[in-house]
Amino acid sequence: MKNFDSLLAAYFIFWAVIFAYQFTVAKRLNRAEEELKRLKQQLALAGRA
Amino acid sequence: MRKTHALWLLVRTLAALWMAAAGYAIFFVAPDERTMHEVQRIFYIHVASAWTAGMAYLLVAVAGVLYLMNRQPRHDWLGVAAAETGLAFTTVVLITGPVWAKPVWGIWWTWDARLTTTFVLWLMYIAYLLIRNLVEEPQRRAVLAAVYGIFAFADVPVVYMSIRWWRTQHPSAVIGGGAGSGLDPTMKAVLFFTWGATMALFAVLVRVRYRLESLRFEIELLRQEAEEPSAAPAALRLQEN
Repeated sequence: MKNFDSLLAAYFIFWAVIFAYQFTVAKRLNRAEEELKRLKQQLALAGRA
Repeated sequence: MRKTHALWLLVRTLAALWMAAAGYAIFFVAPDERTMHEVQRIFYIHVASAWTAGMAYLLVAVAGVLYLMNRQPRHDWLGVAAAETGLAFTTVVLITGPVWAKPVWGIWWTWDARLTTTFVLWLMYIAYLLIRNLVEEPQRRAVLAAVYGIFAFADVPVVYMSIRWWRTQHPSAVIGGGAGSGLDPTMKAVLFFTWGATMALFAVLVRVRYRLESLRFEIELLRQEAEEPSAAPAALRLQEN
C-alpha cells in the first residue's frame, strides 16, 4: 500500500473542487432567485408586471 | 413542468450512480500497475478530468460560433456555463497531477510542455471569466466572450499534442500515441467508464450553471423595465430571438 495517502489525497481533491464549485453556484443561484423575486414584487407593486 | 423536474432528478441520480460505480471500478476492478502500484490509480480521475475539460472548452467554442451566427442569449449562457465548469475540471487536473508526480517523479512540478500548456489553458479561461466581468453591456460582453472562447480553444489541441511534439517529463500518450503505446484492456475500459461518469457530472454542473445565467438575464430585463419601462419591450424581443 505504498503511496496510498497520495491516492486518497487526489480523490479527496477531486471531490473537494467539485463540491466547492457546486456550492458557489448554488449560493449564486439562491441570490439570483431572491433578486428575481424581489424585482417581480417591485414591478407588481408599480403595476407593470 | 413536473415531467421536466422528474427527468432532471433522474439525470442527477444517474450521474451520481455512475460516479459511484466509477469509484468502485477504479479501486476494485482496475488492475495494479507494475511499477507505480496504488498511486497509478490517480490516472483515471486525472485523465478523465482532463478530457472532460477539453470537451468543456470545445463546447465553449461551439457555443461561441452559434452565438455569433444567431445572437441567441442561450448560446452565451451555455458558453459561460461550460467555461466555468471546464475550469473546475482543469483545476482538478492541475492539483491531482502534482499529487501523482511527487511520489513518482520526486518533484511536485516542472515547466515541461504538457504541464505548461495546461497551466496556460487554465489561465486563458480565467481570463475568459474576467473579460465577462469587465464588460457591462450584455450584447458586447457576449460577442467578446464568443470570439475569445473560439480563439482560446486553440490551446486545447496544443495541450493534447504537447507530449507528441516534444519530449517531456510527462509520460507519453498511452492512448492514440502510435506504435509502442498502449494500455491494458481493463485499465482502458475503466478509464473510458470513468470519463463517461465525469462527463455526466459535467452535464449536471453545466445545467445548474446555465440556469444561473438565464436567471441573471431575466433579472437584467426586469431591472431595465423597472428603470426605464420603454426599454423592456426591445430587451424582450432580444430574448424571443
